[in-house]
Amino acid sequence: MTDSQTSDSETADLETFRVETRAWLEANCPPEMRKPATSDADVFWGGRNAKFSSEPQRIWFERMRDKGWTVPDWPKQYGGGGLSAAEHKVLRAEMAKMGARPPLSSFGIWMLGPALLKYGNDAQKKEHLPKIAAGLIRWCQGYSEPNAGSDLASLQTRAESDGDDFVITGSKIWTSYANYADWIFCLVRTDPVAKKHDGISFILFDMTSKGVSTKPILLISGYSPFCETFFDGVRVPKSHVVGTVNRGWDVAKYLLQHERAMISGMGERGVGRPLGQIAADSVGSDTLGRLDDAMLRGQIASFDVDEAALAACAERAVDLAKAGQAHPAFSSAMKYYGTELNKRRYEILMSAGGVDALEWESERSRQGARPRAWLRTKANSIEGGTSEVMLGIVAKRILDLPGA
Amino acid sequence: MALVLTEEQSMLRDSARGLISDKAPVSHLRHLRDSKDPTGFSKELWQSFAEMGFAGLLVPEEFGGSGLGFMEAGVLMEEIGRTLMPSPFLATSVVAASALNRGGNAAQKSEYLPKLASGSLLATLAIDEGAKHRPLQTSLQAVRAGNGFKLSGAKALVVDGHVADLFIVAARTSGSAGEREGLTLFLANPKAKGVSVERTIMVDAHNAARIELANVEVTADSVLGEVDQGAALLDGVLDIGRGAVAAEMVGLSDEVFGRTVEYLKNRKQFGKLIGEFQALQHRAAELYVDIEITRAATMKALQALDTDVAKAASAVAVAKARAGTTATRAVQEGVQMHGGMGMTDQFDIGFFMKRARVCEELFGDANYHTQQLALARGY
Ligand SMILES: Cc1cc2nc3c(=O)[nH]c(=O)nc-3n(C[C@H](O)[C@H](O)[C@H](O)COP(=O)(O)OP(=O)(O)OC[C@H]3O[C@@H](n4cnc5c(N)ncnc54)[C@H](O)[C@@H]3O)c2cc1C
Repeated sequence: MTDSQTSDSETADLETFRVETRAWLEANCPPEMRKPATSDADVFWGGRNAKFSSEPQRIWFERMRDKGWTVPDWPKQYGGGGLSAAEHKVLRAEMAKMGARPPLSSFGIWMLGPALLKYGNDAQKKEHLPKIAAGLIRWCQGYSEPNAGSDLASLQTRAESDGDDFVITGSKIWTSYANYADWIFCLVRTDPVAKKHDGISFILFDMTSKGVSTKPILLISGYSPFCETFFDGVRVPKSHVVGTVNRGWDVAKYLLQHERAMISGMGERGVGRPLGQIAADSVGSDTLGRLDDAMLRGQIASFDVDEAALAACAERAVDLAKAGQAHPAFSSAMKYYGTELNKRRYEILMSAGGVDALEWESERSRQGARPRAWLRTKANSIEGGTSEVMLGIVAKRILDLPGA
Repeated sequence: MALVLTEEQSMLRDSARGLISDKAPVSHLRHLRDSKDPTGFSKELWQSFAEMGFAGLLVPEEFGGSGLGFMEAGVLMEEIGRTLMPSPFLATSVVAASALNRGGNAAQKSEYLPKLASGSLLATLAIDEGAKHRPLQTSLQAVRAGNGFKLSGAKALVVDGHVADLFIVAARTSGSAGEREGLTLFLANPKAKGVSVERTIMVDAHNAARIELANVEVTADSVLGEVDQGAALLDGVLDIGRGAVAAEMVGLSDEVFGRTVEYLKNRKQFGKLIGEFQALQHRAAELYVDIEITRAATMKALQALDTDVAKAASAVAVAKARAGTTATRAVQEGVQMHGGMGMTDQFDIGFFMKRARVCEELFGDANYHTQQLALARGY
């Protein structure tokens, strides 16, 4: 059949791509970049004020950037690698196999980029995408407001028309890294009398614009990764609206799908040492070589089952998308499961670590890396839409339940 | 390989679904149960299965089969799970066919495989002796006698045991219960002297039997694979069975879930559709996520079986463990959300609950497979 012939030659091409990719990664990924980052400072976020935490981090980033592999599946004209979905999957698999870190972490890559690719005009794509790919501009997300969290569409930040500009007034909350970001992608109300979803616009502006200020919020993890963000008469050209004025909700939702898909990936990072072995370090093993805590061993084993199953499902989600059979709301299902699973992972890590995992400030504990990470994961089922809201979306959009 | 069905596999699914939903809806199982049917399945339907190439799905073409893979077998098992159709497919076409195909010598293959493919011979695997699935605990004895062996011992939960024309019996030629070394698989004739078969009427109204062998004589030709080295062959064959049962559980979970969601959209209480209650919506949504994840894990396992049975063990353990927990949850939520209705025999939901319980025990429950995964990972 012609069908299987094409797929045969595709398979052969992919195999070549796999071999070449593996060789390139082997030759170019510094050994230091083949283990997970130990803290946020160890993650490269790019931006105007970006600093590399180490030489290997710089080398790895620059080599990947030059290949377009900070954004492997974006078109080459915007600084991407132009890879097909199948090639991208191969690249990710090969990187995972050697434990290679992402060279650049960025809201621009995970969230804004895909939205611009779909809804941006030519000028916006040319202006912003290459800078995201090259890590030149760091973005933050201005969605949530004090009275608009789960009910995001009730947001109140106003953008009033004034000639060629909008004048923006209001405040945002939970804006991650707003104090480090160069630009913001922001939801504003451009029509105060229209129905809730119909008067919102999606707009981009520079965080150094007059009238923008931020105030960090301290979290239970002891860090302040996000801020209250205030806009006091910020002037933004109307050309900075992405998509149509008052139709920003479409862009917002599309972006959220990507955000959720990204967050769900946390639950399936089966890289590094298996939990069972990490636990054995502190708990010890019995004479048969089994973890010397039967209940914990059971918890870890059923976690492993679920993690492997989720990884299969993530793989299938990509394949379904490629085959044009994906449900647009499926990212909510994955987001829900991936984040709940990641919380479970860290509960197990804490329980496996015992007293050692309770140290908060010491060299030995890498300044409490584990307990801080554990506390951080509690946000996974809140950020990007809460678990309750995800289940609501599944009930409504996938299961089509009444009144959901 | 992508984790989506190919066009050919979708066509296979559609034709299987057409036949099964038409000829063997749940009422078919109900009828067999209520009439205490002595065969426990429809021979006529089995013949249609054979004519469509399903009976010999895994049998190589040179022996008259369709030479398809485990993904395809899974597609069929999933459809079987949707209507709970009782059929010799699992025991004969999946497990026994794989055992003969993988372990059989040329003479055994050419004698049995064509008959399996044509649907004229039913075969089954007899392993477990105790209440739980513990293949290494086999203690049924095979003692050398002249040129052959004499088998003595008993087996429980032999699927289709009372209708099978051929048993594949796990026996101990050396060592003792619990050891890996010393297991041997034998082909045995259910009609042979010393064999007694008791049909066990099971909760799910599917076919199963207890068998007892008392000094049953078999020739040296009836050894499947190598003497004393049966464990590896058995592992591979069991993994195939496990992957298939996981697929059946995905089918039954999906079906019972679909019926439950329909009910949520139609049943009114307190002046509202019960599907409007968020407490139920969220449980339904969670179950949906569970089923999708289990489906992917099961496809992954079937695919691993197709590419390398020996390396598929972990993927199979994940699938069978997940399928067990998910199916249990799906049928429990199914009954609960149907309220009193779900508790009646007149309503079909209970059939799914019963079959899920049997599938959970068959070839190892979720605990068993979770444990296997932990051992494989070295903790
Ligand atoms: C670490 C972190 C980073 C974040 N980063 C950003 C960012 O960069 N930019 C940004 O804009 N926002 C960000 N957020 C905000 C995040 O999107 C919101 O916190 C989230 O949408 C929940 O809103 P809320 O906090 O107002 O909670 P609320 O909406 O007040 O929810 C409170 C509780 O009520 C439940 N609830 C609400 N509505 C329903 C319903 N319909 N059905 C069932 N239960 C319901 C919720 O599930 C939750 O349990 C971040 C949050 C965190 C924790």
